[in-house]
Amino acid sequence: MDPDRAAASGARPERRGWLSVPTTLTVLTAAAGARDEFADAPSYLDVTGSEIIFVLIGVITLGAALLCVTSRNVVRAALWLVVALGGLAGLYLVLTAELVAIVQILIYVGAVVVLLLFGLMVTRAPIGRQPDLDTPNRPVAVVVAVAAFGLLVAALIDAFRFAYLNLDSTGQGSPETIGGALFGSWVLPFEVLSVLLLAALIGAIAVTRRDVGAPGRR
Amino acid sequence: MHLLYPLIVSAGLFSIGVYGLLARRNVVLVLMSVELMLAAVSLNLVAFDVWLADVLRSGQVLALMVIAIAAAEVGLGLAIVLQLFRQRATSAIDDLDTLIEPDSQR
Repeated sequence: MDPDRAAASGARPERRGWLSVPTTLTVLTAAAGARDEFADAPSYLDVTGSEIIFVLIGVITLGAALLCVTSRNVVRAALWLVVALGGLAGLYLVLTAELVAIVQILIYVGAVVVLLLFGLMVTRAPIGRQPDLDTPNRPVAVVVAVAAFGLLVAALIDAFRFAYLNLDSTGQGSPETIGGALFGSWVLPFEVLSVLLLAALIGAIAVTRRDVGAPGRR
Repeated sequence: MHLLYPLIVSAGLFSIGVYGLLARRNVVLVLMSVELMLAAVSLNLVAFDVWLADVLRSGQVLALMVIAIAAAEVGLGLAIVLQLFRQRATSAIDDLDTLIEPDSQR
């Protein structure tokens, strides 16, 4: 946070020279603009009930996601994806985002996974265990994924270890609030999104039609 | 709740998606990994929205839009997979090497 902004917002100014190099923590927290809230964050040892529920559902979600990408059976992989996305809906509920949780179940579990299962059936993926579902570069994939996870977690802990969510204010993610925001401030992006969905629909039909662009057929 | 809990779950979900994207052979399974990565992004959006207590609810609205875009992406992706299967009779990514250089080793 630069000294002018700190003085303007009433916080105590940083005692640092103009030429000192800001640390990552300073830059990121200044970007978030919420440094004052960091002072009274509780310790990580005071575990609340919502944190326990969040960690339990999070472990289920991560385990199901891991089984989804390592399963040797394509249909089981799709069904583990159902568990992972359903667990994610539970995480949204703990975070008080009710409408997002409901939409997540409706669209992901209800539509996307069914579509993926259709895709598996249409491409005649063999039902049952298959030995060759993974490419030979699997060790490289493990290294890349573990490196990405380590880097992300290190950066997140450095930046957000004092940030605290206040889940007590009710109605933050209720359908009424989000619907009001969606059809009030965000109505133009919403309409653009509907045009995008129409374009995707027409595009999918155009791509899969047999009698378009096939030379020598008509 | 500390913000780190949702952020670390989201980072794990994203990394699992990266692994699946790189390691799977079947195109439909690769699409599933992309779904996992998009879901991780939505979790981040919702967590930051609750943390910042935005008046416009921009994070949750954006999460809804990401969900809709993911649905459109899966529809188009499966259309392409279907057309690919009709023309090549395969759904393995390693067989789609038309753009590879002829003299590179495989």
